[in-house]
Amino acid sequence: MSEHPEHGQGHVDHGHGDHGTFGSLMTGFGLAGILTLIPFGIVMMEPDWQPVVSIGIIMGLGAIQIVVHLVYFLHLNRDSEEGWTFAATIFAIVILAIVLAGSLWVMHNMNANMMPMSEENMTGLPDLPAGAEHGGHGASHE
Amino acid sequence: MATEALHTSPPDTWSPIFGRLNWGWIPYHEPILVGTFSAIVLGGLAVLLLMTRFRLWGPFWHGWVTTIDHKKIGIMYMALGFIMFVRGFADAIMMRAQQAMAAGGAEGYLPPHHFDQVFTAHGVIMIFFVAMAFITGIMNYVMPLQIGARDVAFPFLNNFSFWMTVAGAVLVNISLFIGEFARVGWLAFPPLSGASYSTGPGMDYYLWSLQIAGIGTTLSGINMIATILKMRSPGMRLFDMPIFTWTTLCTNFLIVAAFPVLTATLTMLTLDRYLGTHFFTNDLGGNSMLYINLIWIWGHPEVYILILPIFGVFSEIVATFSGKPIFGYKTMVWATACIMVLSFIVWLHHFFTMGSGANVNAFFGITTMIIAVPTGVKIFNWLFTMYKGSVRLETPMLWTIAFIVTFTIGGMTGVLLAVPPVDFQLHNTLFLIAHFHNVIIGGVVFGVYAAVTYWWPKAFGFKLHEGWMRRCFWLWVTGFYFAFMPLYALGLMGATRRMNAYMDTAWQIYFVIAAFGAVLILGGIVCGFAGGYVSILKRKELACGSDPWNGRTLDWATQSPVAPYNFPEEIQVTGRDMFWEMKQNGFKWSGHFHDIHMPKGTSSGIVLAAMATVFGFAMIWYIWWLAIISFLGCVAYGIAHTFNYDRDFYIPAKDVEANESKDAIA
Repeated sequence: MSEHPEHGQGHVDHGHGDHGTFGSLMTGFGLAGILTLIPFGIVMMEPDWQPVVSIGIIMGLGAIQIVVHLVYFLHLNRDSEEGWTFAATIFAIVILAIVLAGSLWVMHNMNANMMPMSEENMTGLPDLPAGAEHGGHGASHE
Repeated sequence: MATEALHTSPPDTWSPIFGRLNWGWIPYHEPILVGTFSAIVLGGLAVLLLMTRFRLWGPFWHGWVTTIDHKKIGIMYMALGFIMFVRGFADAIMMRAQQAMAAGGAEGYLPPHHFDQVFTAHGVIMIFFVAMAFITGIMNYVMPLQIGARDVAFPFLNNFSFWMTVAGAVLVNISLFIGEFARVGWLAFPPLSGASYSTGPGMDYYLWSLQIAGIGTTLSGINMIATILKMRSPGMRLFDMPIFTWTTLCTNFLIVAAFPVLTATLTMLTLDRYLGTHFFTNDLGGNSMLYINLIWIWGHPEVYILILPIFGVFSEIVATFSGKPIFGYKTMVWATACIMVLSFIVWLHHFFTMGSGANVNAFFGITTMIIAVPTGVKIFNWLFTMYKGSVRLETPMLWTIAFIVTFTIGGMTGVLLAVPPVDFQLHNTLFLIAHFHNVIIGGVVFGVYAAVTYWWPKAFGFKLHEGWMRRCFWLWVTGFYFAFMPLYALGLMGATRRMNAYMDTAWQIYFVIAAFGAVLILGGIVCGFAGGYVSILKRKELACGSDPWNGRTLDWATQSPVAPYNFPEEIQVTGRDMFWEMKQNGFKWSGHFHDIHMPKGTSSGIVLAAMATVFGFAMIWYIWWLAIISFLGCVAYGIAHTFNYDRDFYIPAKDVEANESKDAIA
């Protein structure tokens, strides 16, 4: 949207045209390709090690892939938009890390502290009182 | 239970045309609802007739509905907030009346089926459609003025966000007369909110209204961040921004970071309910505790989303009415930034009792106590700003002082609840209810009244009537203490929240006092509206210049009411409290005005939101054909809107000049 030409007068033209060079795009493309081929290779070769190791490697390469995309294709660097792109990305990563690590930690502890449950306990719903749909709340009264 | 036996669920039918909607869902047998409905219909008809009589449809459509002016959108958010506030407060006073009556075997007048809907609707409305509407409205109105901008970065998006919020609110209100609302508490924990226990459309009203309103909130967050980062006046560095703009920035970062979590969580619950997935069920690998974990990852930042802009409001007011720059500007900014990040690492304190164990509880207990520190820094900054200032006790300042006292009490009970062993005693009791009303009313509501009294003259060119606003203030503050202090005591005695009736008659007197407090608050609300009405009648006498409070920030450099273009020319900012500095140097516009390029209004926002409302309604009632059509309609219309190139115009320089000269700036 370009509603405010006057308004922009005093502004620095923030990092427009920063679309990377041919070289940097090709580097990104190459890296992305390699990072995609390795996981496929691992799955197709069916190596001897534990499946967990494969999953770990694939997830790790996936994370690197995200960084490659951000840097080479979305041109994330410290200078674009006066550093705000970079700062916002760091903020997003910090929040993501907190949310993911925190949830795993919290939920792991919840599960560890659960009473042991049999398969039937899990699948069976507690009996609903008669006329369950709306009558359920009546149960709490005498 | 006689009332219980009467309540039978409507037949479970499905037809290709009306989905599961049938006559059984229209509550024509409930006198209270029929009465409310008739009152709304008659009132609505009266408004429609009056608008036709005075030929207001054109001005209303062109001046308000289709406007992309951030100031008018801000005012509409406030109007939405106050309308929904009346609805939410009606729920509150119904609960207070019920609990004042239903002691020692008495049933009161609300059967549990209703009581459960009432407390759910109260919470949902007050948070999503009152508090959020208020803070979005204030940020919309004030922030662009404070940074010297013409509008927000994406003016159409702003209009669209507003109407999506309205769409959500409309769905909640439709549930009153067609079907029912959820009976699950404001955060709708599964399995109660899952497909097995919440079978009717109530829970689906909850999901779709929040999802649709959530789109508006998230987009508005992006919009405001872009505005602050890209559209500040030349020369305005980040550390020259007024505190309110800072808090707006941090709040919108929180919105953008937290609301997607809410959207994802509610989407998973929707999938559980509609497609039979098992994210939050007890069987097939689902885990309802994960919902509680996720919803509070959104929920805790949410309370800071509500309070941070209000901290900003009080910072502006306290500096203006003390006639001093805010004390500790940088500490204020850093405290806000710290709260922004810390608010993401305290969520577990909402479910200490769910059983994560001592280590996890200890960690989150400590982080919760830590987050009180930056808030404490702010309290001291406000106090030191007043210290040795020439404090003028105008109404906004009264609200500020009441806020500082009340919020501090609420903060202390919060730190008390942050101690896990204490929380095990108080969890789910009225002590908790008292605590969060103490901070939300003492913080957000007082702050909104303060902000309205403070910026009203800027928006309309006249002050609010002092007498009525003071009556409003005193009734609200005393009402608050009467209504919620007894709940602390009841909570300590073991009264749980969401209680329809109780056996211990010794509790009744506390509930009666609380109900009395709610009546005082009602008086406060009435006086507030009366104040608005009287002020509009007496607008000639109450007229004031563009800077009635001797303000310090750029918002006061504009005309009152603010011209559509905000500032006739660009301001070169050289420091903090820029308008104060300009006034010291005998500020005047240069008089050499240029044509001003402005965005044009569009009806796309309301059309899209109307289709989204239809989509939500169709999904709630399983009317699949209508859902498909309205969804495709939304997408098609949204794409078509991008081909609308008629979206700007110029205000000629001579109009600007004429407008600026008619009001010699005081």
